Amino acid sequence: MSEPGVPTCEQDVADAVADALRDGVKLAIGGGGSKAAIGSPVAVRALSMTGLRGVVDYDPAELVLTVRPGTPLAEVQALVAGSGQMLAFEPFDHGPIFGRDVGAATIGGVVAAGVSGSQRVSAGAARDHLLGFRAVSGRGEMFVAGARVVKNVTGFDLPKLAAGSWGRLFAMTELTLKVLPAPREARTLRLAGLPDEVAIRAMSRAMGSQADVAAAAHLPAGADSTTILRVQGFGPSVSARCAMLEALLADFGPLMTLPADEADAMWESLRTLAPLGSERPVWRVNVAPGRACQAIAPLDGEAACLFDWAGGLIWIASDAGADRIRAAASSAGGHAMLIRAGADMRAQVPAFHPQPDGIARVEERVRRAFDPAGLFETGRF
Amino acid sequence: MSLSMPPPAQDILSRRAEIAAALRAIVPGEGVITDDARLAPYESDGLTAYRQHPLMVVLPETTQQVSRILAWCHAHGVKVVPRGSGTSLSGGALPLADAVLLGLGKFNRILDIDYDDRLVVAQPGVTNLAITRAVEGRGFYYAPDPSSQIACSIGGNFAENSGGVHCLKYGLTTNNVLGCEIVLMDGEIVRVGGRHLDPAGLDLLGVLVGSEGLLGVVTEVTVRILPQPETARALLIGFPDAESAGQCVADTIAAGIIPAGMEMMDRPAIHAAEAFVQAGYPLDVEALLIVELDGPMAECDHLIAEVEAIARRNKASSVRMSRDEAERAAFWAGRKAAFPAVGRLAPDYYCMDGTIPRRRLPEVLEELERLSKHYGLAVANVFHAGDGNLHPLILYDANKPGELDRAEAFGSDILRLCVQVGGVLTGEHGVGVEKRDLMPEMFTETDLAHQQRLKCAFDPDLLLNPGKVFPRLHRCAELGRMHVHGGALPFPDLPRF
Repeated sequence: MSEPGVPTCEQDVADAVADALRDGVKLAIGGGGSKAAIGSPVAVRALSMTGLRGVVDYDPAELVLTVRPGTPLAEVQALVAGSGQMLAFEPFDHGPIFGRDVGAATIGGVVAAGVSGSQRVSAGAARDHLLGFRAVSGRGEMFVAGARVVKNVTGFDLPKLAAGSWGRLFAMTELTLKVLPAPREARTLRLAGLPDEVAIRAMSRAMGSQADVAAAAHLPAGADSTTILRVQGFGPSVSARCAMLEALLADFGPLMTLPADEADAMWESLRTLAPLGSERPVWRVNVAPGRACQAIAPLDGEAACLFDWAGGLIWIASDAGADRIRAAASSAGGHAMLIRAGADMRAQVPAFHPQPDGIARVEERVRRAFDPAGLFETGRF
Repeated sequence: MSLSMPPPAQDILSRRAEIAAALRAIVPGEGVITDDARLAPYESDGLTAYRQHPLMVVLPETTQQVSRILAWCHAHGVKVVPRGSGTSLSGGALPLADAVLLGLGKFNRILDIDYDDRLVVAQPGVTNLAITRAVEGRGFYYAPDPSSQIACSIGGNFAENSGGVHCLKYGLTTNNVLGCEIVLMDGEIVRVGGRHLDPAGLDLLGVLVGSEGLLGVVTEVTVRILPQPETARALLIGFPDAESAGQCVADTIAAGIIPAGMEMMDRPAIHAAEAFVQAGYPLDVEALLIVELDGPMAECDHLIAEVEAIARRNKASSVRMSRDEAERAAFWAGRKAAFPAVGRLAPDYYCMDGTIPRRRLPEVLEELERLSKHYGLAVANVFHAGDGNLHPLILYDANKPGELDRAEAFGSDILRLCVQVGGVLTGEHGVGVEKRDLMPEMFTETDLAHQQRLKCAFDPDLLLNPGKVFPRLHRCAELGRMHVHGGALPFPDLPRF
């Protein structure tokens, strides 16, 4: 062991779980800590996965990467970029939202939280790219699920459950991810000055076209609002599709190609959420794009918003209060997760959107299936 | 047949009339079938080697009826086997003598189409192709395209996580579903997911898809639809050996190209297909590759030239590019007819479905040839080359004593081989009854117990589609035990952390 108390192998993790079971204490699975300020503040024993790091196997031709959970995201991304590949779900690093540098997030943390970036709208989520894993369950037992090939339907698809479980089911000790070729070229096109509703229509038309738009976002700022579309792939194809979009969206105004540095800054702002300021609580609302405006209308002027995923993901900074924000999201058929707030508020307001009773009961039984003693139920969620 | 199913419960068999009466009270009229002759069409699915008349068939028309049927069966300890169109190739819908077969065929309506948010809400009995048919007029389609798409239902696709030739680029069913309504074994109706991306809590949708009817009965599915690509072009490439074809696939992917489809056939499959449909396949090659590119015209033109160059670098002995839609369809005609074409070579064939890491293909084909000699049964191979999903077709004659058993033994050896080289038992057909007893090749008892506890979370009495997927269904109470206290777990006395 490199550091006392930090597991460095799967057996260590199993031992730590066994210790906690025997001691009757809870365990908070953690990685780089980039998301530590999400959820109710709790003081329980930590199970840090940062000691399990490194690449187990990477075979670019097979499109498969097996890696230990504590490996920094930045390291994983650099590795696959070296072979001209990418994690297509564009892993989302929460660090910058909390004023930290990019790069603290670990691959295990990103996948366990199931958080995906702007490209999720076209390429799928973390859950779509987790092919298999090894883990230690709340019973202290090591098990495997899924596989190390890209196409597999053998047994229940537990990797789906792992992505987005936020450490409430088991501690993953090894992850196998699907990787894809990185685009050779990317271009960002901009429409200016569109009101939210009109921007959503423009993005919907673009996404429904043959232009194969990789990401679409809208950053409202009154008359200075910006709507951006990313087109990527092989050069000739990118040019053809950009031309296609110009014609398709002509009635929304001129479509400008942004210089690369400006484009990067725009997409970056959807990761840092800088345009939302740092004062108010920040929410993450998932909704069908067609109902995005409905999800924010009741907050009338009391919210600053950023729309990603063509309107399917809304970042909201608002003091409107949990009840109103959640009611608005629910009425639009979506849900709202509390991401950034003061410790007092987080102690009062659950991070996850409350589920209907039927689903809540199933979820509870599923959690008990992997963690009968509630070892990973730290009270954070 | 060598397969053992759970022994039928005699008390259920003797209560058949009472059960039928109770279900008729829920689904009036013709919706409950008990007549032997009318049960016959339900005795098997696409895996026809196994047959069993169900206790009875019930064909509900509403979610409420499904809920009441399941609640009644749950209360009375009656097993239920759900069934869509019955095209499963793994026996997922194989009836049980003491189970009600719940057919969803009457759930055949498309409920909503939303072009702005690009989704379709459909009842489970709607066929896969009907979804595309409903939206193609507006330039959209539903991407997963299993070969049985004319007949197979979207509910069955959901249960089996069906794939198709385009899934390397467009994903399996699971990557194209947004939400569902599902009825649990106790009759509770729950909605999971919705029209948005990513769920509010655990990704239950993700485990429901592909759960082979063991967790719940799906009564509504919301799927994503995609804009049809502007165009598609195909290349037909012949190789002097499988190794070169495999290298061509690897080099294509290494060049950053993810084709819409990439299919390989070996010599026996090529010859059978050519004899059947005269697709114009070269007959002097050991491996044939069909590579399809789709997207904007400019992209197809660009990439098809790249793939052609890659093929020539890999000893391709013949390369043809489709000049129009008719020719592209002709390239595919042989591949799509491969199963019936191979079916003409012998009275019966048995289709396998393992996935392997692609780089192991040459040695796997070599071993298949050895096994073919060992069992005295011919084999033809079609291969979703992009994602390593291998479909060996074993030729046999069920009327010759012992041939079915030999075919099954050969098939089991193939799947063991797939696992040994780092692959899996099934890439897209599901475990069902067919590969159930091979699960221990891939998973330990502990791995399987973790999966089965999920089953217990949804269906603690194990009434829904029992006898499928798991080689042995343990009682849930037995699986739930955990000996934390009293030192029964082999933990060290001293904490290490």
